Amino acid sequence: MSASLDQARFSRRAILKGGALTVGFALTVTPGTALAQSVAGVARRTDNTQVDAYLTVNADGTVTVYCGKVDLGQGLRIAIPQIAAEELGIGVDRIKYFEGDTALTPNQGRTAGSTGIQRGGMQIRQAAATARKGLVDLAAQRLNLKPDELTAADGEVRPKAGGAGIAFAALLEGRKFDLKLDPNAPLKDPRSYTIVGKPLPRPDVAAKCLGTATYIHDLTLPDMLHARVIRPPAIGATLVSVDEDSIKDLAGVKVVRIKDFLAVVADDEWTSVRAARSLRAQWSEASNLPDQSRLTQSLREASGAAAETLVAKGAPPSPAPQDAKALTASYFWPMQSHASLGPSCAVADVSADQATIWTASQGMHDNRVTYARFLGLPLEKVRLIYLEGSGCYGMNGHEDAAADAAILSRAVGRPVRVQWSRADELGWDPKGPPQLLDLAGSVDAEGKILDWRTEMWIPQTTKGLLNIPLLGPQAAGLDNIVGLNTGLISQNGDPPYEAAHMQVVVHWLKETPLRPAPLRSPGKPANCFAVESFMDELAAAARLDPVAFRLRGLKNTRGIELVKRVAAMMKWEPRPSPGPNVGAATALGRGISYIHYKHSETLVAMGMEVAVEQASGRIKVERVSCAHDCGQIINPDGVRSQVEGSILQTISRVLMEEVKFDRARVTSVDWAGYPILRFSDVPKIEIELVDRPSEPPLGAGEAACAAVGAALANAVFDATGLRLRTVPFTPERVKAAQSGKA
Amino acid sequence: MPRYRLRVNEGVLSVEADADKPLLYVLRGLGLTATKFGCGLGQCGACTIVVDGTAVQSCQMTVADVQDKAVTTLEGLGTAAKPHPLQAAFIAHQVPQCGYCTSGMIMSAAALLEKNGKPSEGEIRSALELNLCRCGSHTRVVSAVMAASGQRG
Repeated sequence: MSASLDQARFSRRAILKGGALTVGFALTVTPGTALAQSVAGVARRTDNTQVDAYLTVNADGTVTVYCGKVDLGQGLRIAIPQIAAEELGIGVDRIKYFEGDTALTPNQGRTAGSTGIQRGGMQIRQAAATARKGLVDLAAQRLNLKPDELTAADGEVRPKAGGAGIAFAALLEGRKFDLKLDPNAPLKDPRSYTIVGKPLPRPDVAAKCLGTATYIHDLTLPDMLHARVIRPPAIGATLVSVDEDSIKDLAGVKVVRIKDFLAVVADDEWTSVRAARSLRAQWSEASNLPDQSRLTQSLREASGAAAETLVAKGAPPSPAPQDAKALTASYFWPMQSHASLGPSCAVADVSADQATIWTASQGMHDNRVTYARFLGLPLEKVRLIYLEGSGCYGMNGHEDAAADAAILSRAVGRPVRVQWSRADELGWDPKGPPQLLDLAGSVDAEGKILDWRTEMWIPQTTKGLLNIPLLGPQAAGLDNIVGLNTGLISQNGDPPYEAAHMQVVVHWLKETPLRPAPLRSPGKPANCFAVESFMDELAAAARLDPVAFRLRGLKNTRGIELVKRVAAMMKWEPRPSPGPNVGAATALGRGISYIHYKHSETLVAMGMEVAVEQASGRIKVERVSCAHDCGQIINPDGVRSQVEGSILQTISRVLMEEVKFDRARVTSVDWAGYPILRFSDVPKIEIELVDRPSEPPLGAGEAACAAVGAALANAVFDATGLRLRTVPFTPERVKAAQSGKA
Repeated sequence: MPRYRLRVNEGVLSVEADADKPLLYVLRGLGLTATKFGCGLGQCGACTIVVDGTAVQSCQMTVADVQDKAVTTLEGLGTAAKPHPLQAAFIAHQVPQCGYCTSGMIMSAAALLEKNGKPSEGEIRSALELNLCRCGSHTRVVSAVMAASGQRG
């Protein structure tokens, strides 16, 4: 293909020519491509205990911030500069920002668990505070004043009493800070903040709306080839034979086969797609998956599951009061896909002695260890560079695609771009694992919880596992990690309310049907769904109002405020559930839930109002009310955006999503088989953010997800008297519940 | 390979391509990478462009289908200096998270506003029903389209 007059391309190149994208305002974010070219070969100190790893003062009066956590659209690219600029004493428009490059940025751990701000951001705040103290000390010597007579502002240190200051760059005179992060470096008083707490725009947004953003999918390198990996038709099948003649009419296609790893590589992407579709290969038969219709039984009966008591507090009253109501219930959350809108993609340039891998993965430094291992290269010869991809919510196929690209680049001796298909992404991305929970408890007539027992059946994360087993290395017989990684999925199995006796037992499963990985708010959507649904079941049994029942057992004052706020937002009328609508053709109901994330982080109360169409079984969420307390808010619009996303994505998971499989393979491999939320399903959302400037900032990307399932289930119960305990709440499930089969 | 004359973003180009090559790959091959591959099945809307005023999914068309028709991609809608009202509104409302669906959303909305200058919220949702978003930016999308059409969003 050639273009004789290629205006469109030229105009795009002109936009990209400058390298760094300057968007929104002067804060610049440099995407991985330009970065690799502009600083290739520049050695940087990336020791994460050193200020220099995070901050560089430039001669032009700007400061560069290096962040090991990456921005997937959640807003770190503005929130981290806000934190750094505020603490250092410089305008945010004079911050330059680099993210996620193992050669340039410090190892701050995976961008996971909603820790970007609360851990990553706080390291950078401490680095900036240490740097400011160092700069003030330098200025004190130069100006012959005491440090406490000086202040850092607008990129200089100046006397508080007035008079000329000295710019940061002039104080350092080209030297590095050479300071260790000082945990005692004084932090600014939040009451003096002028940058933190402001809803500054995210710097990547404009480019995303103008079409000038460079995603991993858009990266091209000189001499780059396009590849498609062909996965087996059955999980665990081995490659018997390949008929290369089947694609002989496609010019320039190379077939790469390494043991059971099969791929086609071509100059042109479409040719690689055609080749992947046409290539005939024979695979062995395999049927390694369990019967999905018996999944909950097989989890419960799994052999070799070790039981562990996570919580054991108090004792149930003996004998139990006569008016006590005792209940048991089982809840199930299915396997779900990250269902990223764009299939995973990566580019790698690997030679015999070094590797550069561009990836949208949330883990840079730990993936580097994994990739160095299967490539057989020393760690320092492997460089990972982050480039944003289609949104990821834990660990989708990005890691695998990058491994595919690395294997293929090494095999063909040229840079290779691997793009997965839609079926690859929904079929082969690592899945959120299944979770089965049994609840038992009792409550007295006043609403005192006498007894609470949670028993869960969930796969156990293998100790010390940095990553997940990767498809490419596994198929190619390369050194690969073995084990399961699910994230911390046993948290929040106990209610955040007082109970005379509380016990949480987990049965740790050694296997799970499909390769698991952490999926947004790992485990907590299921656990909170069970715990907060069961709270409502107890309230209903005792004929108590669900809000009043929660407030009776809730002692956390921040939590109490949130529950009360949501009740006010919903104009909640105290009464037991179900409500007066039961039996209506379209039954309306309301429900509430609450979580204190991991019992130590963000607090969320959520209310839902639903309409249940009895004839069809269809649930429509009409309105969501959310009160959210993540401590000190760095950027309120960023938090709001994350909370909106958490709510909508989890409504989708609760109403629609379940990975389907037969004995050989995942069968829900397109958007018809794995539907997600559409515009017609989107409710009105009202969010109240509680800002607590004097408290530590906490994550905002996960906690709200956890509260969705129970609020929705409780609203359905309030509307219809039907208790849904199995996700997703499809119309078929509602109909089954109507006929007493759920 | 046959040669086709294309009108893309007000430029005229001549491209050689196999007759069955999806337009999406042709556009991306020209460097117009704002248009995204999502599924290749016409199910997600990530590759939506506007052809003669109608929003279409470019993965479901070939280059032959658009010969001599006016093709607009996100790059052709506006620029940083002169953004389309939808682009300005999407920026003002800080709509995208990952942004992978944004191009398709804006193009679907652009076709809607061409035909209906003041769509209701329901009409906006209907027009965008085929556009999927995984990050959950939907409410901001609707607000931004309302704002771009001079309505309170």
